[in-house]
Amino acid sequence: MNTWLLSILILSPLLGVLVLLFTPSQDEKSIKWIGVLGTLFPLGTALVTLSAFNKSGEGLQLAEKFQWVSYEVFQSNGDVSYPIFYEVGVNGLSMVLILLTTVVSVLAAIASFSIKKDWRSYFILFFLLEMGMIGVFAAQNLFLFFIFFEITLIPMFFLIGRWGYLEKEKAAYSFLIYNGVGSAILLIAFVAMFMKTGTMNFDQLAYTFSLPQSELNEMNITKNFKMGMLIALLIAFAVKLPVAPLHSWMVRVHVQAPPPIVMLHSGILLKIGAYGLIVFGAGLFPDQFESLAFIIGLFGVINLLYGAFLALTQRDLKRVLAYSSVSHMGIVLIGLAALNEAGMTGAVFQVVSHGLISALLFFLVGVLYERGGSSQLKDFGGVAKRMPIFAGVMLAGGLASLGLPGMSGFISEFMAFLGLFEKMPVLAAVGALGLILTAVYVLRAVLAITFGTEKELSNAHDLSSTERIPAFILLAAILFIGIYPAWLSDMLRPTLDSILLGLGG
Amino acid sequence: MDLDTLLSFRWSVMTPEFIILGVATLLSVIDLFMKKESSRKPLAWLAGAGILAALITIFMQLDIEVTSILYDTYRLDSFSKAFKILLLLGTLLVIVLSSNYKKEDLEENRGEFYYLLLAALLGAMMMASSADLITLFVGLELLSLSSYVMAGLERRNKRSNESAFKYIVSGGIATAITLFGMSYIFGLTGETNLFKIAENMGNLELLEHSFLIFFAFIITFAGLTFKIAAAPLHMWAPDVYEGAPVPVTAFLSVVSKTAGFVILLRVIIICFIAAPGIDKEPILLQVQPYVMALAAATMIIGNVTALRQRNIKRMFAYSSIAQAGYILVPFVSNSSLLFELIWFYLLAYLFMNIGAFTVIQLLTSQEGSNDIGVFRGLFRRSPWLAVPMTFFVLSLAGIPITAGFIGKFGIFMGALGLEQAQYWLAAVMMATTLVSYVYYFNIIAIMFFRDSEGPKVSIPGGMAAVLAFCTASVLILGVMPDLALDFFYGNFDVNEFFMQIETEVHTHDH
Repeated sequence: MNTWLLSILILSPLLGVLVLLFTPSQDEKSIKWIGVLGTLFPLGTALVTLSAFNKSGEGLQLAEKFQWVSYEVFQSNGDVSYPIFYEVGVNGLSMVLILLTTVVSVLAAIASFSIKKDWRSYFILFFLLEMGMIGVFAAQNLFLFFIFFEITLIPMFFLIGRWGYLEKEKAAYSFLIYNGVGSAILLIAFVAMFMKTGTMNFDQLAYTFSLPQSELNEMNITKNFKMGMLIALLIAFAVKLPVAPLHSWMVRVHVQAPPPIVMLHSGILLKIGAYGLIVFGAGLFPDQFESLAFIIGLFGVINLLYGAFLALTQRDLKRVLAYSSVSHMGIVLIGLAALNEAGMTGAVFQVVSHGLISALLFFLVGVLYERGGSSQLKDFGGVAKRMPIFAGVMLAGGLASLGLPGMSGFISEFMAFLGLFEKMPVLAAVGALGLILTAVYVLRAVLAITFGTEKELSNAHDLSSTERIPAFILLAAILFIGIYPAWLSDMLRPTLDSILLGLGG
Repeated sequence: MDLDTLLSFRWSVMTPEFIILGVATLLSVIDLFMKKESSRKPLAWLAGAGILAALITIFMQLDIEVTSILYDTYRLDSFSKAFKILLLLGTLLVIVLSSNYKKEDLEENRGEFYYLLLAALLGAMMMASSADLITLFVGLELLSLSSYVMAGLERRNKRSNESAFKYIVSGGIATAITLFGMSYIFGLTGETNLFKIAENMGNLELLEHSFLIFFAFIITFAGLTFKIAAAPLHMWAPDVYEGAPVPVTAFLSVVSKTAGFVILLRVIIICFIAAPGIDKEPILLQVQPYVMALAAATMIIGNVTALRQRNIKRMFAYSSIAQAGYILVPFVSNSSLLFELIWFYLLAYLFMNIGAFTVIQLLTSQEGSNDIGVFRGLFRRSPWLAVPMTFFVLSLAGIPITAGFIGKFGIFMGALGLEQAQYWLAAVMMATTLVSYVYYFNIIAIMFFRDSEGPKVSIPGGMAAVLAFCTASVLILGVMPDLALDFFYGNFDVNEFFMQIETEVHTHDH
């Protein structure tokens, strides 16, 4: 059973697709319930995987591998083959992210009850997206990673373009083109590495690139080649993360896409960029990464401040949150740039924590939009009176976002800055200003909605029972990580250690 | 040559060609005696059966060793077998596609269409098997002349007339250029046999004439790129594709293009592999920048111009130009993966393009318009057309889990690997692929994001079969490309391509 567990997990969302294909397309209620049940199955499989996962074990677990495609190269001195394998496996980091994916997917599926049309196609695409996301984190070679990476792209294009708000098509195109640029650069880098080393496996690549330069020269791998590859990867994942100035598509998507999809996008998809930076950037080219650390840190600080400033001036809650995501991704960069244990831990914690927090906040935006038909700050006020539970959850989410101690956001910000202060104190001091701005814009937005003069809402009732499930689960997870971070850090420790080992301490 | 000599050739290796020739002749005779108003549909089935039979005989020939007959002008090697499979498969799908063509004009001329198609196919097959400039040229002309007529088959349609006229004029010029180049090759080496040319090209005496060799290469290459619609000889494609009946367009964009690559590989690789360029460097390395620029220009022109097309057939014409640019990339990079990359990409291209043309035909013939608007809201109206079309378009754009992605991935491997990495060519390919996203995804957006009250599109049985087959192939080759690659490696030996063998002639003692 264990040998196929991961593949079953990756393919598990397809069960929902299969069932949906035999469901009449007008049967709204059944489709929506199948949509939710269809995400529970991957969650269950993920939990089984978690129980099979040895938390303190090092390296890759539950690995599967078989040959998939083989290219044979005719050469005068015998044929050389370039095999491509299907290889999946999990380490602590990817296990956590897979778990996050399956959890957020269930909650996004519940939030999808608000979807108004074409439910069947919607959920089919939703499941494909989930499959892609799980696959990205489970993939153990570049080829597979790229395939799943692209699989997330196509359903997103449809989901934004068909079910989004007014300017949905523009947002879908801008998503497609920006991410297309990213994956184009990624593909060239991947193929170049494959042709130089003859392997696509992460561990083998890391091993090859860590060989002494004299041996690498025999393979025609120069320092410049490594640097070139790293820069290509940084650009590709900077689009995904997104790093300013490559962020405009992301704001558009956050504003135009339907709320459940934004939950997935901001909760999971943005994390692929961070995951890529950690696994491919720092993991494969530690030396080169170190020499670029200052620039990465600088971009981190720019992201943090730029996002926060813009979030401060927005009038639309969705845009506030979108820029807040830009800002929070800066913290991931800051943590990575520190290149020490505290910084790395902070970066990874931020990945998970922001996944939960932004999923929660965008879920609430969806609720708000349903009540008031708008997400403009000026249209809301005094919501706390009519919808006390909603207001409470929103305030809690906001506090988590600004990094209140006892919540997940605090741990990640604290660790990331702790790491950076050790290495680049000036940069860290400048960046710390961003934390103050964060407090200002979060409180401004949340308080404007929940308190103040009461505005008329067309449909003001508090969170319904189906809406409470995602809200409470997310909030509980945020608090759990905030109060008991050791659970998460134990899972991540072996992975972080191995990356730090590559970084030389 | 007496009768004995003639009979001593192993004619059996030409069985597939004979089948096609026989069926074509049979069709023309039957057509002649058929009543004018009776349906020509049975002819389609007969032609299809003939092609299927020829396809089967190719598979039966797979274990035959390299055989060469007619004084080494016709050879059966793994190269010809591998590419003939593509040619036959493509034409077979085109036949099914055409059997449901509804235009009255074509109805009138139907019979002609089928045997012209077979004649064109025969020409293409001859090209795949020829080992001599003369047979190559004859094959090329047979294919071209039949194509010219087919393009103008809708006699009462002005656009179709224009298309045929443009095609024949520009095709004639290309033929002249090709022939001019070939005359230099002959003049330099005194041979028409490809392998003897290759032998003589390595001759030291020729070093003095390296400039002429260079010239011969450029001219021949330029002439031959006409068939694959590479820049700058691509101008005919949009007009011809737009004016010709859809099945003919599909044939031109798939089968004729495949044949173009076949002849390019045969002539250029074999003739010039040992030839010296200026300053004694191998010419194939020396001309690389030129061919590279050509490939890049083809990708850029094709993709960028496609952006502005509202006419779906013209858009696919430019898309087809762009795809030719991609396939030129392994050609440029002199990769050792050359044959499998081109073969696989052409195989993938066959399924995705014929699939797409099937949908285009159904829609344009129902709506009577070639505007891209015919796709409006297709997903609501006919999901069974919209979903396959989505897969074809995704495959053309090179998105994973489709055959097109594997094809492009392979081309990247060829460009970035082994001897010398062609980073900038790969970058051009990637950048233009991104450009292509815009117009390919535009089709998807129109099908899925716009609503329309248009009528449902009915799909005749034959077309449904083509669609199902092409969709399945695009996806299966995308997920399990080894099915095709293993077949290729198992039956293809690159050495055979370069192997010269003596003609088996058993002359009697007198």
